Amino acid sequence: MRPFTARIETRRYAPVCHDISIAGELVGLHDSGALWWPDQNTLVVADLHFEKGSSFARKGVMLPPYDTAATLEKLAEAIDAFQPTRVVALGDSFHDGEGSDRLPAAYRAMLTTLQLGREWIWVTGNHDPVAPVGLCGETVDEVALGRLVFRHEPLAGADPGEIAGHLHPAARIRRYGRSVRRPCFATDGHRLVMPAFGVLTGGLNVLDQAWKPFFTPRAFSVFLLGDGRLYPFTASRLVGD
Amino acid sequence: MCRPMVFDPRLDALSARAYLLATMDAAASPLLPESFLRWFESRGWQPRAHQIELLEMARQRDSVLLVAPTGAGKTLAGFLPSLVALAARGKRKPGSAGRRGVHTLYISPLKALAVDIARNLEAPVAGIGLDIRIETRTGDTPSHKRQRQKHVPPDILLTTPEQIALLLSDAQGRQMLSGVDTIILDELHALVTSKRGDLLSLGLAALRRLSPGLRSIGLSATVAEPDDLRAYLVGQTPDETPDETPDEIPGTERALAGLVTVAGGAEPDITILDTAERLPWSGHSARHAVGEIYRIIKDHRTSLVFVNTRSQAEALFQALWHANDENLPIALHHGSLDVGQRRKVEAAMAAGTLRAIVCTSSLDLGIDWGDVDLVVNVGAPKGASRLAQRIGRANHRMDEPSRAILVPANRFEVLECQAALAASRAGHQDTPPLRTGGLDVLAQHVLGCACAGPFDPLELYREIRSAEPYRGLAWEQFEQVVDFVATGGYALRTYERYSRLKREEDGRFRLSHPKIAQQYRLNVGTIVEAPMLKVRLVRSKADGRRTPVGRGGRWLGEIEEWFVEQLSLGDTFLFAGEILRFEGLRENEAYVSRGRAEAPKIPSYQGGKFPLSTYLAASVRAMVADPRSWTALPDQVREWLEIQQLRSALPAPDGLLVETFPRANKHYLVCYPFDGRLAHQTLGMLLTRRLERLGARPMGFVANDYALAVWCLADLGEMIGCGRLSLAELFDEDMLGDDLDAWLAESSLMKRTFRNCAVIAGLIERRHPGQEKSGRQVTISSDLIYDVLHRHEPDHILLQATWQDAATGLLDISRLGELLRRIRERITHTPLARVSPLAVPVMLEIGKEPVYGEAQEALLADAADDLVREAMG
Repeated sequence: MRPFTARIETRRYAPVCHDISIAGELVGLHDSGALWWPDQNTLVVADLHFEKGSSFARKGVMLPPYDTAATLEKLAEAIDAFQPTRVVALGDSFHDGEGSDRLPAAYRAMLTTLQLGREWIWVTGNHDPVAPVGLCGETVDEVALGRLVFRHEPLAGADPGEIAGHLHPAARIRRYGRSVRRPCFATDGHRLVMPAFGVLTGGLNVLDQAWKPFFTPRAFSVFLLGDGRLYPFTASRLVGD
Repeated sequence: MCRPMVFDPRLDALSARAYLLATMDAAASPLLPESFLRWFESRGWQPRAHQIELLEMARQRDSVLLVAPTGAGKTLAGFLPSLVALAARGKRKPGSAGRRGVHTLYISPLKALAVDIARNLEAPVAGIGLDIRIETRTGDTPSHKRQRQKHVPPDILLTTPEQIALLLSDAQGRQMLSGVDTIILDELHALVTSKRGDLLSLGLAALRRLSPGLRSIGLSATVAEPDDLRAYLVGQTPDETPDETPDEIPGTERALAGLVTVAGGAEPDITILDTAERLPWSGHSARHAVGEIYRIIKDHRTSLVFVNTRSQAEALFQALWHANDENLPIALHHGSLDVGQRRKVEAAMAAGTLRAIVCTSSLDLGIDWGDVDLVVNVGAPKGASRLAQRIGRANHRMDEPSRAILVPANRFEVLECQAALAASRAGHQDTPPLRTGGLDVLAQHVLGCACAGPFDPLELYREIRSAEPYRGLAWEQFEQVVDFVATGGYALRTYERYSRLKREEDGRFRLSHPKIAQQYRLNVGTIVEAPMLKVRLVRSKADGRRTPVGRGGRWLGEIEEWFVEQLSLGDTFLFAGEILRFEGLRENEAYVSRGRAEAPKIPSYQGGKFPLSTYLAASVRAMVADPRSWTALPDQVREWLEIQQLRSALPAPDGLLVETFPRANKHYLVCYPFDGRLAHQTLGMLLTRRLERLGARPMGFVANDYALAVWCLADLGEMIGCGRLSLAELFDEDMLGDDLDAWLAESSLMKRTFRNCAVIAGLIERRHPGQEKSGRQVTISSDLIYDVLHRHEPDHILLQATWQDAATGLLDISRLGELLRRIRERITHTPLARVSPLAVPVMLEIGKEPVYGEAQEALLADAADDLVREAMG
């Protein structure tokens, strides 16, 4: 499955990642919300939600049309930093099924440039259950690499090694009467749920009922996205919304 | 037929009858028909001079502003011309299908007031024997009734600005409102200073076009600039080509409505409580004076006890309850309480069974209480006019003086109360100036117009500019707003195909889909509440039962989401006059049980909701600067100022006193602009940015209404002394340039302001009850939209609207600008070895964190006393 690539480039700087082990595989959590898997030269991003603005505009809610460009820029920075040979987009890459169809030509070209020279896997999501139109890359419902399985929605009772998105994890910390809410990675060592990478995406507090099937309450950790670093907390230190 | 008549303003109430009779002799159509006069007589009343004057204005078809204190019969004066006209109209044929439109519209800022007025009108209508249908229409009116009103409109419709906007957004509603004869705007002074006033002004402009003969009557308390209100009431015809800047409106004369002023009745009798207790240095609870307030309540028949915030109301009510040895009936009233409970309190008040109500501005307006003989204002009055209006709540008879007692909660508030008292005696007013109409409100209105039917942009533009707040609206801005309504108004034009408005061949704009009208109706209005959670009383989990938290408990009211976010399970807090224990959150409900704790965790004080008025601020500055004026002050306060004079210096009335001193390994800078907490906060934010750049390593700041304290690791006194830090440069006006821009990009206050604008303009939808379940990860955060917009399109119309709000709202930038101009080259630096007496109150605000239990209370008290000893010892 993994094509041989001889390309070795020197990175301009070493991106700082928080290294953790999921089902025995060492992966790095990046403050952009991306996951870096050095052994496989693979970069994983979840919930890009491209064309969310235009998706709302279709329904008469005129959100700013700059979300796709901003998310693409963010993605380009991450790809530039890690120089992955493979990129996995973990579902909900487009905000709706016709999103890839609406993608303006300039962004389409930008995305295609990012895809050049690397393997690209589109995992389907509930927002984009079909393959994107007119874009390179392989479309799968889920993909297993090494000891890890990549799928959009986490499965209750899945085997260890599941990497998922979909839930847009966010966590809230309270201190000195003030609280801070941020997107975060959530993991119990067996499973990792990634934050949404798209710029116009909200978050679901990890203490919400919806998380019950995936993590034993209080028995998991989160990594809040910060500026240049991540802030780890155990679930017992968090507060709900 | 319309006989010109000169009205003699000296005419007093007693001679009105004689005057009327004379008029009747002379004219074929007397101003007041005999049946009305008989009714007045049967009540033992005489028509008052201003009531007659309004009738005369009506006869001449003039619009008019009536400025009168409470108790002057203002409401009846407003309605009399309509009642007379309707009486003359003759009886409706029984069963006749002939449709008559609404004759008179009455608009009130409060739903409850509309309902109350409808009830009060019943007496004259029945007494005179008039065949007039009077109905209310509010958010609570059932839909079948609203529908019927469109088909069979009442003669007099009492409603709110939001309902007018709704009616105007639909062809049937417009039909119902065409041909209105008179519109009465009650409590106009309160309406015009908000975005609701903007929305209403646009509605008024539309109504004037629908009903060309429309006459408006404004009813208002005394205001600083009556001409603003007079201009608001009538259509303006500004030049065709307005200036670019709405501030510099072309010099055309404004059209003004007529003015009838009723001089104030007896001068109010106001005193400041001269407490025997020790006056607190900071805080707003007035806990020290609870015993004295209780005795005052005992000595009076019925007292209204006003405070500035809901949490103060809760705290004071609780304290009074503890002091209530004689079980006096004392009630609590504020906007978060369950409506049912509020109505009960209001009914009990009207029935005269209560001795006191602790209340917030929820009772500032309107409803007539009859028997109140005393107003107690606890805390700072914040504005002279606000105080006057509150005091007017006592004693609704004009010829007897209203009695009021001011209870300052700390030393600075003593000064503020003194200033307000002086203003009241001198009859000064400090009501805020009229707003420039908001662009977000305009966007909502434009969409509303499109919902009613296709519009011609030029005609709509002219109509909008006839509204006083939008007189200076430039065509380009109007075009931008229409573009925003259609496609979001972005430079990147990718949404044309989804446009909400379609241009027709004749140039008119038409709604592209009827669904958009439904969306509009859900989002109409300008009040964007902080997200609220319902508070439901359940049985405690703490008593060991393993049963799940029960459902079906009763509602206590609503509470802000941010407050609940601060609570942990088991925390106790004051709400609805009880100590409650937080039991958890379920969907959009906060479950609580009756707490057993002695010391509740009181909601942290969110500051006065009203900024200190510029007028009072100037008076306080003048008072502090002038030792001769201190004789009027209580001994404790005078002593405090005297030691300040000795130890440091007194702030000059137009200058700025800056003190620096070390304390506990930090270096403090305290300044005293007296310009209100909001402006001080913005100043603090900008100063810390600059100090950071200058290497002073600032650690934080705190502000109150009077002062600002910043603390740093570097020795500020030394930096200033050696010339490494120039105060003139530090406080230079240019901080309102780049520093402000940089800060605004990330300011949470700016984001909150943006959210309000985005909701009003219809970019993001309001949250409606029951929608919370839909999963928060798919809802759009307005913060994210702000970030994207700020980065990609900083000139976007919504950011313009946000900026306009921020200038006067949460950031009070315009006031900060005035402050910086005022103090230029008038900064005095006083380096000190220790904290000064004047600095103590603001220093005590540092580190105010939620306090749990008594141990921390004692600790805080100790810390506070240390500071005081250090300053005064």
